[in-house]
Amino acid sequence: MEIVHPRSIEEAIAGLSDGAVPLAGGTDLMVEVNFGHVRPENVVGLRRLEPLREWDGSRIGAGVTWRRIEKEGPTALAEAARTVGSPQIRNAGTIGGNLGTASPAGDGHPFLAAVDASIELTSAGGSRLVAWDEFFVGVKKTARAPDELITAVELPDELPERQAFGKIGIRNAMVIATVCAVVTRSEDGRTTVGLGSVAPTPIRAPRAETMISSAAKPTDADLAEFQRLVSEEVRPITDHRSTEEYRRHGAGVLARRLLERCLR
Amino acid sequence: MSTRTGRKVGTPQGVVGTSPLRPDGIPKLQGRFEYAQDLAAEGMLWAATVRSPHARARIASIDIAPALAIGGVHACLTADDVPGRATFGLEHPDQPVLAAQEARFWGEPVAVVAAEDLDTARRAAAAIEVGYEPLEALTDPEEANRRDEVFRRMRIRRGDQSVRGAVVVEGEYEVGMQDQAPLGTEAGLAVPDGQGGVDLYATSQYVHVDQEQVVASLGLRPDQVRSHPTGIGGAFGAREDVNLHIHLCMLALHTGRPVKMVYRRSESFTGHVHRHPAWLRYRHEADRDGRLVRVEASVVLDGGAYASTTSAVLANACYFAVGPYTCDSVAVDGVGVRTNNPPCGAMRGFGAVQVCFGYESQMDRLAHALEMDPLTLREINALETGHPLATTGQVIQTPLPTVEVIKSLQAMPLPEAGPSDLPTELPGGSGLTSEPQHVTRGVGYALGIKNLGFSEGSDDYAQARVRITDSGAVVETAAIEVGQGLVTVLAQIARSALGISHVEVAHVDTSKIDSAGSTSASRQTQVSGGATLEAAQRLRERILGQFDGDVLDDEGVWRGDTLVTPWTALAAGDWEETVTFRHPPTTMTDDNGQGVAHADFAVAGHRAVVDVDVELGLVKVLRVDTAQDVGLALNPQSVRGQIEGGILQGVGLAVMEELVMGEGVILNPTFTDYLLPTILDAPEVEALLIEQEGSWGPYGAKGVGEPPTISSTAAVAAAIRAASGREIERVPVRPQDIALP
Ligand SMILES: Cc1cc2nc3c(=O)[nH]c(=O)nc-3n(C[C@H](O)[C@H](O)[C@H](O)COP(=O)(O)OP(=O)(O)OC[C@H]3O[C@@H](n4cnc5c(N)ncnc54)[C@H](O)[C@@H]3O)c2cc1C
Repeated sequence: MEIVHPRSIEEAIAGLSDGAVPLAGGTDLMVEVNFGHVRPENVVGLRRLEPLREWDGSRIGAGVTWRRIEKEGPTALAEAARTVGSPQIRNAGTIGGNLGTASPAGDGHPFLAAVDASIELTSAGGSRLVAWDEFFVGVKKTARAPDELITAVELPDELPERQAFGKIGIRNAMVIATVCAVVTRSEDGRTTVGLGSVAPTPIRAPRAETMISSAAKPTDADLAEFQRLVSEEVRPITDHRSTEEYRRHGAGVLARRLLERCLR
Repeated sequence: MSTRTGRKVGTPQGVVGTSPLRPDGIPKLQGRFEYAQDLAAEGMLWAATVRSPHARARIASIDIAPALAIGGVHACLTADDVPGRATFGLEHPDQPVLAAQEARFWGEPVAVVAAEDLDTARRAAAAIEVGYEPLEALTDPEEANRRDEVFRRMRIRRGDQSVRGAVVVEGEYEVGMQDQAPLGTEAGLAVPDGQGGVDLYATSQYVHVDQEQVVASLGLRPDQVRSHPTGIGGAFGAREDVNLHIHLCMLALHTGRPVKMVYRRSESFTGHVHRHPAWLRYRHEADRDGRLVRVEASVVLDGGAYASTTSAVLANACYFAVGPYTCDSVAVDGVGVRTNNPPCGAMRGFGAVQVCFGYESQMDRLAHALEMDPLTLREINALETGHPLATTGQVIQTPLPTVEVIKSLQAMPLPEAGPSDLPTELPGGSGLTSEPQHVTRGVGYALGIKNLGFSEGSDDYAQARVRITDSGAVVETAAIEVGQGLVTVLAQIARSALGISHVEVAHVDTSKIDSAGSTSASRQTQVSGGATLEAAQRLRERILGQFDGDVLDDEGVWRGDTLVTPWTALAAGDWEETVTFRHPPTTMTDDNGQGVAHADFAVAGHRAVVDVDVELGLVKVLRVDTAQDVGLALNPQSVRGQIEGGILQGVGLAVMEELVMGEGVILNPTFTDYLLPTILDAPEVEALLIEQEGSWGPYGAKGVGEPPTISSTAAVAAAIRAASGREIERVPVRPQDIALP
């Protein structure tokens, strides 16, 4: 295994041109290597690459760790960061690595979906911004080309006032999400719902959003309908971690509770 | 000769009843302790294992040529290369060292390789081409039972079978497959001695039984194989069976080089046996006052592809199928079936855990039907010293404080505060799913009983040697320290018996001492401790006799105020004593399961307090308090350590720990998906140690390792039932079992 330590984005991108694999915190990649699922010949080490760790207002560098997001991020993203693995994992793992892996259960994704974030991809030819719903294309599949580096996450300038994150897991910490979700609500009632672990990619629940956004003061019946619509809109599977039925149920309940938190 | 001047009067340091520091504690904390994973030898090769990717397949061909073609590969061995007995097994040698014509479970070893480094070994293992022809796998235990694919059937009939009670409750219960999940995976090093023999250093609970099996399969003389105790990172039953031991010795003798192997985590999950999943059917009948008059039980355990200890686990499950309760009309039918699922065997609690979930669920149902307090019902039926065990009829001779356990639990105060407002203290923890208004509290109780030591007429013994050294004494033993603290307690026993402060424990290999038996069945403190006590006592008596002394202490032998033999003179002599200790004999039971099958018993009870988010099915186990029959706590801190760890393992089985199977394949053989409780899942524990004289263990000590795991699971399940109103007929309890019953 050859490892290069680029000192600039340009060097990193040059390193990628021969099929090398980027390595950030390594908390996903090294697991794959240890399982024998991948055997990268060439690796581009990103941890010491300062420009990737820059965080400038709404632009979060791909190399920013969960530990930092937990302390400095917008409310719901910070809450999500707090649930990523253990302190050791949060010290190493990055938001860019989470996107690079693009696991359906990635805890960072529902927030990005809920606020309509974009992902900045940079190659020798320059940078492009890809909307979150174009970035995620399938289970662990993204729109990133092999010669592109994820350089940043671009959030909207204005974030909704109210936002809440929640994650259902079988264990009370250090657990892969059975369902994770973010709900945001703006002053004008506009509500968004980002959901993870309930489809091949992170998703939104548009029908539930439309229905509840028009309710200025949601009643209990509105909340119940909102829950029902979210449960209907998700597309979960049954696997060794949970069942389709439970994930549907959990997604609805969790989204309703997060909305209730936003309304308080 | 000197006379007594400033001699300290009083007991030496670190004796029984105190909690001295573990000698291996600080090295372990500092990372300096040498575990089996850390072993190394000059010129060492690394080994890897080829495993079947099918639950059942015919092995049509194995081509090792592609592996041998890789530079640095020294050996690729298959079933054809096993020099001696082709199979191994703890009770019945039915498991192939390497699968020959047929692979019978997913992950079964088919070939082993040795190479210059680990990476090359793994690449070589992947390069071996095995021609598998998948066969239909038998994975349904009921079907296996119908086809009479069984390791053992048990039938227990005691008392008048026609008795009927006024109140009847029935139930069916299921227990998922738990794994021991020791943090140290299987690891070892085999070193050829240059004369055709081999020294083995490998993870184990029982080096003598490993040695016997290596000898048989390598076709060597017993003196040619020495199995050495080594540093073990947890065991819980997973290390009773051979796994990499024979493979390592074959590779070492084949290559003439030391060979090391360390299982990966996912390999560890397939490379050792698991706790038997169980299917239980119960019918309890009682009179209107709550006296049990009849218990019927049916126990099905899935033993997987090979025998391991299924027969003994099944027997235990059946013998303790009624729990610590008296009843004079009992019928138990049990079967341990053979399937193409992973082999199951020993795990902490050994059959007593599974049935406890069944009979304690039944006792709660019965209490409910009788509108009676659940602890009162248990007290009315409590099994105590002098009573016959409901199943075998064996009269309990040693102290069994069941009523005191119940009364102690009753007296423990419950937490006053309601659900916390700290989110991480609520169900869902850091996931922030639940708020206090979503949470219901539940309290549940359970009692459990288990035998201590080996049963059913097995010759259960342990040898230990106590030797005088320059600095004090050494206890030599082949008993395995797996983390439980034997290394501390044997020294404490010898200190107390000799009257001196400086005693160490030396773990010696199979050529230097006779067997200590397995570090299992909660037995080593009682059995190896018994041998140590007797050896130390005899040694002290002989020394005092020789010098006509009346006191032995750190300075030497005293007669009145005079030091007649200073320690230096003692140390120059050849003072040692070797003792083989046996516990009271047991017998195999008769055709009705009647007889004196057990040497001793221990009882414990647990009270669990849980907060449940019923809508989402999430659980936070707040407290599991316990009262446990310990005989005498030789080292109170170690006893509490066993209790807290055992409870956590019980909590794990109650709410998360399960190997999920799909057609014979383990779907979650990683710590990503086989979930162990973290510190945020760990309950507070208050433990009350009930001490009573009268057991045959050293100073009346009883084994304490297993009871904490037996009823803690059932107590948590009962608490979840109380909080949620759900039936809870299966553990681990999954969110959907609560939220979507
Ligand atoms: C014990 C444990 C617990 C975990 N718990 C959680 C959890 O609770 N929630 C959760 O969401 N995740 C969890 N993870 C997964 C992981 O920690 C996260 O996905 C993390 O964000 C990955 O970041 P990293 O920097 O370590 O990525 P790496 O492992 O370095 O990289 C991951 C992937 O992204 C690619 N990559 C990395 N950076 C870039 C870049 N700048 N441009 C292009 N590609 C890039 C890599 O090539 C690789 O394919 C856990 C992992 C472990 C080991």
